[in-house]
Amino acid sequence: MTIEMRTGTDDERDGTGLGSDDNVPLRVDGLKVHYHTRRGPVKAVDDVSFEVARGERLGLVGESGSGKSTIALALMRAHKPPAKIESGRILLNGRDLLEDNEKTTRFRRLSEVAMVPQGALNSLNPVMRIRDQVIDGLKDHGLRMSKNQFGARVAELLASVGLPSEVASRFPHELSGGMKQRVSIAIAISMNPSLIIADEPTSALDVVVQKQVVQTLKDVQERIGAAAIMIGHDMGLMAQFASRIGIMYGGRIVEIGEARDILKDPKHPYAKLLISSLPDTRKKRKLVGIPGLPPSLLNPPSGCVFHPRCSDAMEICNRKLPLELELTKGRFGACHLYDSGNEEPHSP
Amino acid sequence: MSTHTETRHDQESELSDDVPLLMADAVSKTYVSGAFRKSYTHALDTVSLSVPMEPPSITAIAGESGSGKTTLARTILGLVGPTSGRVLYRGVDISQMDRAAYAQFRREVQVVFQDPFESYNPFYKVDHVLQTPIKRYNLAHSRAATRDLVIKALQTVGLRADETLGRYPHQLSGGQRQRVMVARAVMLEPKIIVADEPVSMVDASLRATILETLREMNEKLGISILYITHDLTTAYQLAKNIIIMYQGRVAEAGGVEEVINNPTHPYTQQLVDSIPHPDPDTQWGTNDASTFTTDIASSGCNFYDRCPSAMEHCNETSPPLYRNHAHRVSRCYLHSEHSLFEHNDLREVFAD
Repeated sequence: MTIEMRTGTDDERDGTGLGSDDNVPLRVDGLKVHYHTRRGPVKAVDDVSFEVARGERLGLVGESGSGKSTIALALMRAHKPPAKIESGRILLNGRDLLEDNEKTTRFRRLSEVAMVPQGALNSLNPVMRIRDQVIDGLKDHGLRMSKNQFGARVAELLASVGLPSEVASRFPHELSGGMKQRVSIAIAISMNPSLIIADEPTSALDVVVQKQVVQTLKDVQERIGAAAIMIGHDMGLMAQFASRIGIMYGGRIVEIGEARDILKDPKHPYAKLLISSLPDTRKKRKLVGIPGLPPSLLNPPSGCVFHPRCSDAMEICNRKLPLELELTKGRFGACHLYDSGNEEPHSP
Repeated sequence: MSTHTETRHDQESELSDDVPLLMADAVSKTYVSGAFRKSYTHALDTVSLSVPMEPPSITAIAGESGSGKTTLARTILGLVGPTSGRVLYRGVDISQMDRAAYAQFRREVQVVFQDPFESYNPFYKVDHVLQTPIKRYNLAHSRAATRDLVIKALQTVGLRADETLGRYPHQLSGGQRQRVMVARAVMLEPKIIVADEPVSMVDASLRATILETLREMNEKLGISILYITHDLTTAYQLAKNIIIMYQGRVAEAGGVEEVINNPTHPYTQQLVDSIPHPDPDTQWGTNDASTFTTDIASSGCNFYDRCPSAMEHCNETSPPLYRNHAHRVSRCYLHSEHSLFEHNDLREVFAD
């Protein structure tokens, strides 16, 4: 029902269609991920398309339930039932991840796409020294070297994330939260992936450490020239990290564009409200939240998912899903306010 | 309110206007662990702070994990007994209170915790959370009166009764759950609400609504608020004054404008520098001080191992609080040309 509504935009966006392109390692096209529950499918990700270029950092922001983490799982093919990818393509370096068999998927993880897990999760193996955990990934991908060479590679990786080489012989519990996240980053870049995904990498870390971890991630990503996606809900963190920002609502990307454009001059009504609700330390002012409740994904509102909470909602909004349009150069959004092809005349 | 507590009220107001509503008087909390080789953790180290009877205030207590901010909150609430020092409510030590005075304290000092989900019993409907305190404190004598009270409390926090009552906790959003907790607190007509990270688990779009609700409770209902947080941005927006804690001690305290826009303690500077501003033109600063701490107990400044401006004597004796501004104190030798902060109570430097 939705696919035909946003064809056309793809071709406009990259000009070349969906072919392989060395500069754009990741293209997600019409991705739909549903969770199958007894009460029906929960449309966690509903027709999402985006791409990330080499060296680019995309921030995917949204509230809980907006589908951002499900996208991360799908990109790693780490989603588990009841989640199921209904349709769409995830082209990584020109090859669809969704067509890979298990062995290929396993191989492409780390060598092509790597994940920096949530800060709050203890993703490192508690009974293995850091050195062995780093080497494990390398060996898994067929790297054969002498013990000394492996040792040197581990030290090099640790140094690249600002950790002293002694860390190699430590166990995870001997490290602070920030150091553990740096180790996770070191492992993520150990095979020079073309895509790094970080899902709330600094949740549960203190602000000072958070800044260091995010900057480390940015440094290594720039050094290896990978594309990066950071998932989160903290707009401040996105402003510091991302070069592009995609705002998700109810399983869809409602606006995506240059970080500066989105933060300074959001167009979609949800993006506008979200950004104006952010507190700052410049001037005390009345804080205004977004009225209403997040949508039920089991039974989403008709038409535009945001229309029940939108103060600009028009008659068309509850019956027709808005098309994704290029709102300003390089910025795309889906909102009837900007759709000049509508029967309702409206100038935003 | 019962006649018993009314008389207490009268006695108190006759007492003096100078008696603070709530006072933490040099409270310390030390946790001891280990059976043979004991190790001591000073979660809270001689902190004094008071909340005046008038005017209703909002004070932020900010710091990272391990700063002692939550221990301070729990001590004030009487949930944790201090190792030394006292907590006084209306001039009476809460550990020495008689039953009636303690009941009044428990009613007038309310708390809103971090995780709204954990404050609920999942098997009870939301109504239960709101009805329990009504029964406990005998606030209403009929079903209809109970219902009116519940509806009124929900309205104060911007919730509609028909969308909230009759539901189970998991059927509400995190923001709604948290506002129900505020409603529950407000229903008891408290003098103080201790809000311990009330928005850290709540989505951005609802965060603003909850903070604004707290501000309205302060302005319209005259409730003082102690806002415990790790987030300096919301502290700035909500509070008039702020206390920055580091490893159990007060590092810097004063008016929120002074402290956040012009921090003087190296630790506060590091914190402010790390705020991720949602603005592409305000990029992170370049303060790259270390975060690696050593666990070696030292008699000196507890920030010594992280401090970019550490001097030799910093590791020998811990600096006292210096009053480096009318509305600020800073625990750092960099400000030793200023006079020592002689007063016990941080409120002395707070902006009204």
